[in-house]
Amino acid sequence: MSKSKVIHIKNGVVVDPAQGIEGEVMDVFVRDGKIVEESEAGKADEVIDARGMTVVPGGIDIHAHIAGPKVTAGRAMRPEDMKYARRKTGALRCAMGKVLMTCPAIGYEYARMGYTTAIEPATPALYAIHTHEELDSIPMVDKAVLPLFGNWHLTFRFAAENDVERMKAFIAWAIERSKGFGVKVVNPGGVEAWKYGRNVHSLNERIPGFDATPAEVLTTLMKASIELDLPHKVHVHCNNLGVPGSAETTAETIKLAAKVGESKDGRESLHITHIQFNAYTGEKWRDMGSGAEELAKLVNSSPVTVDIGQPIFGHTTTMTADGPFEFALHKLVKGKWINKDVEIETGGGIVPITYRAKSPVNAVQWAVGLEFGLLVDADKVVISTDYPNGGPFVEYPYIMTLLMSRKFREREIREKGVNSYIEKATSLPSLDVERTFYEIVKMTRSTPARILGLRAKGSLRIGADADITIYPFDCRNVSPEEYEVLLKGLRNAAYTIKDGEVVVRDGEIVKEIWGRTFWVNAKGVAREIIEEDLNEVFRYYTVSRGNYGVKKEWLRRAEEIAVDAC
Amino acid sequence: MIRDVVCTFCGNACDDIEFEGEYGRNLCPVGEAKFAKKERLKAPMIDGREVSYEEAIERAAEILREAKRPLLFGWSSTVNEAIRLGVILAEKVGGIYDQCSSVCHAPTTLAMIEEGIVGGTLGQAKNRADVVVFWGCNPVEAHPRHPTRYSVMARGFLTRSRADRRVVVVDVRKTPTAYLATDFYMVEPGSDFMIFTALRSIVNGHEEAVPEKVGGLTREELKGLAEILMSAKYGLIFFGLGVTHSRGSERNVEAVIKLVQDLNRKTRFILQPMRGHFNVVGSGEVAAWEAGFEYAIDFSRGYARFSPGEFTAVEALIRGDCDAALIVASDPAAHFPRKAVERLKEIPVIQIDPHPNLTTKVANVVIPTAIVGVEAEGTIYRMDGVPLRVKKIRESEYPSDVEIIGKILEKVV
Amino acid sequence: MIEVVVITGRTTDQGMTIDEKLSEAYMKAVSFCEMNEKDMEKLGVKDGDRVLVRSELGEVVLYVRKPEMDLQPPEGLIFIPMGPYANRVVGALNGSGTPQYKGIKATVEKTDREVVPVQEILNF
Repeated sequence: MSKSKVIHIKNGVVVDPAQGIEGEVMDVFVRDGKIVEESEAGKADEVIDARGMTVVPGGIDIHAHIAGPKVTAGRAMRPEDMKYARRKTGALRCAMGKVLMTCPAIGYEYARMGYTTAIEPATPALYAIHTHEELDSIPMVDKAVLPLFGNWHLTFRFAAENDVERMKAFIAWAIERSKGFGVKVVNPGGVEAWKYGRNVHSLNERIPGFDATPAEVLTTLMKASIELDLPHKVHVHCNNLGVPGSAETTAETIKLAAKVGESKDGRESLHITHIQFNAYTGEKWRDMGSGAEELAKLVNSSPVTVDIGQPIFGHTTTMTADGPFEFALHKLVKGKWINKDVEIETGGGIVPITYRAKSPVNAVQWAVGLEFGLLVDADKVVISTDYPNGGPFVEYPYIMTLLMSRKFREREIREKGVNSYIEKATSLPSLDVERTFYEIVKMTRSTPARILGLRAKGSLRIGADADITIYPFDCRNVSPEEYEVLLKGLRNAAYTIKDGEVVVRDGEIVKEIWGRTFWVNAKGVAREIIEEDLNEVFRYYTVSRGNYGVKKEWLRRAEEIAVDAC
Repeated sequence: MIRDVVCTFCGNACDDIEFEGEYGRNLCPVGEAKFAKKERLKAPMIDGREVSYEEAIERAAEILREAKRPLLFGWSSTVNEAIRLGVILAEKVGGIYDQCSSVCHAPTTLAMIEEGIVGGTLGQAKNRADVVVFWGCNPVEAHPRHPTRYSVMARGFLTRSRADRRVVVVDVRKTPTAYLATDFYMVEPGSDFMIFTALRSIVNGHEEAVPEKVGGLTREELKGLAEILMSAKYGLIFFGLGVTHSRGSERNVEAVIKLVQDLNRKTRFILQPMRGHFNVVGSGEVAAWEAGFEYAIDFSRGYARFSPGEFTAVEALIRGDCDAALIVASDPAAHFPRKAVERLKEIPVIQIDPHPNLTTKVANVVIPTAIVGVEAEGTIYRMDGVPLRVKKIRESEYPSDVEIIGKILEKVV
Repeated sequence: MIEVVVITGRTTDQGMTIDEKLSEAYMKAVSFCEMNEKDMEKLGVKDGDRVLVRSELGEVVLYVRKPEMDLQPPEGLIFIPMGPYANRVVGALNGSGTPQYKGIKATVEKTDREVVPVQEILNF
């Protein structure tokens, strides 16, 4: 599939935080889909003169709901969103959708923005076949998927018994069956509680029908993931998401990770996703405020990483595995509501939402996301909108610019009419922090690559995958006040190179390619120890165990990451 | 012995079928008939003349290319891999993509667009449901193993005995499904919307708003039914074409969705449409992720437009809005209203199917293919969307749908 | 002649023969209507006789079948298995895209006309 293509990128301003390169004019050489030394490159098939342009690794989206039954249900429910035509059919496919998008649209928009890897953060393992079908219908990007563990009956059983050995075997079994990449947890225990019409509200409350608590679930999963040496540790959507007071639950969750400690390779043991949605103080919506400052400090001093979950003013659709949260939201916004209880594994819901600048609550949410983006260590925070929950992923350039430019933030607050309640309830208006371009590249490239354990990504070091973005501006010469230049340039890459092929020129797709699907095979784990548990639990399924799972031959380009932990 | 074979007939997609040579175990009578040997289309044909596959594919591509607006219909009895190619083909030839739910559960999709839908996988029936309702459907005849595998006799982690489960059947006549009921309600045809609304009134504490009699049921009977629903710890309403094919169609479904939304404020309740074919869900979901919508999609302007009532196959045919048709894995000549079939007779029709049927009689080009789940494998989605991989258990000379549609696509781009 | 409401739907026999639509077995499965015995009395027909069903959409000749006591449709309702015979008299359009296959008003009368063989049902 990949030809022996050689590209020389000359005279570009390279920013590669993974190598500590902070804006140096240097050449980059690509051969056979990898970054190579000049001496190994040979004669160029293409020379790109990147004078006056900035060369960075391809972007990595650590958390975006881009594939799976929930995404498709959202599409089917919202023709009003899908009817927006981004491109007509031609040499490429037609691309539909304003915020929710079709698979071709998703791939094309990532590439135009210079993003080359995306992680679908939540699939029920039962539906993994479907999620992979959709991932394989998204062109351009490399991808991976995280199966859901937090409300699986077997997770509860092993957590209750603090049985790290059996939890390891279970994780290994489940990610092999689902061809998944890691361990996703959503509202641990809460989605099971929802099947009784309830939710869980504290980390130490017993999950209905089981002896486990959410704290035990998280702790056992973290320990097991560390012992398994998974490239990506536990990825959690905390309990109590989206309500005043959620900040406290998040702080407690972080403390659980601190108790478990760092993983063997010195990396963090927990990734808290879309932390914005879990960072509110107050007891009711009336006194809701931002807990971001406190939480950012805690994140910076704990073995955790986060992604923002930034809301974008406008229409969008919430979709999560957090069934009870979506029910509550349906009642709150009186919106149409899809719910799906999934066997004995998990659940989920979908509710459309609009973030309004004039709404004090939405304004605080917007401010909270930016506070995290400004206050958390750039090595620990990744830019995301929890697409589509916060808003479109095509707005990452907008978020990047907001974080780099105080003037842009002030303009947006003014022009969008952001409710002045944020002056009282958040620290954003007074924050004069402006992230450097270097930090932004961390937050969209090297940091997510590190958190995901994808060593060949997020960097331009020799041997890395040749996923490269060339932005049409010189980052050394653009001041934060020139935010228009930044925004425009970040939205339309001058070049996007994927696997060593130029796929975008001046924001236009010039070649459609198909990426790889990474999955983790945690070998060397004795799976026999859960054989009985599996047979028992499959009595409750409505599919036979022999039909449960995804064969790697069904994937377009499966790439196994073998992990051999003892 | 081949285990875990998935039956490719109805929306149950029973995956516990076992084959020992020709003998299949655990099949219901309909499934048995599905796997039994029967007459096949022998060879590709153009206007009744036997031709090679090459010629038939060439002619099919020609018809699609020359048509101003071809209709590509069916899809519900083939695999996702073929459906995906079909959607892309419709896009490239600027035609209409429509699939079987257009004449079946499309009203459920329309209602979902208005209200969403509260759902779950079939495992909820087996494991949790202490109240199971069959409204306007007849699973004993249409989904025979549904009661045993999923909804009535099935036992799970919270449902240990028959006493744990109440079965309510609501229909305009007594069907064999009524024999499973602990409570049977006979209602007047076309009264579903009113009855759902009356139930909502009672559930929301406004029984005084309910007239003496609604749709053939007295206020007392309605109160009794509402009581059963509200007393559930976890209730489930399976609904079928009695709701979608009757007067009110999508409004009926909206009403039952809203009833279930109301019930979720008191207890837990979900809905499950009884999808007919084993991959009708796939024929909608694949289209949704590729083009943005589940059915009634027009590509004639170079991008996807959704308009039920305009781009749905029956209406498009009756109004003469399509000038050619590709029918895959379906038999509209048998299942569409007569007026729509009249139009099918007038336009060039290409059929891709394993068996001769009534559409064969109006087809100009006929391309025989392998039977999905028997001679060709691929991915399908059960009625609740759960994906399953159907197997190839017999060798065959016939090419697969995926192969044929792929070849036609190559010729038109 | 009596006035009825027509409903259509699946049956096991129809499902079992669905891949053999040009066969005798399929024809037997879809070319009849089920009636209440009281309605049959009014028409003077018995099990196996033929009736002409007419609606705004068209007409079709069908055999009459009387189900077992318990499973008869109520008076004024007839059931025709889904298929090409039913589709001659149901399938009213309502603009939603899905035809109304159930709840169609029709008249039923006894007839001497023959039931059209399934291989020719599309010829009318």
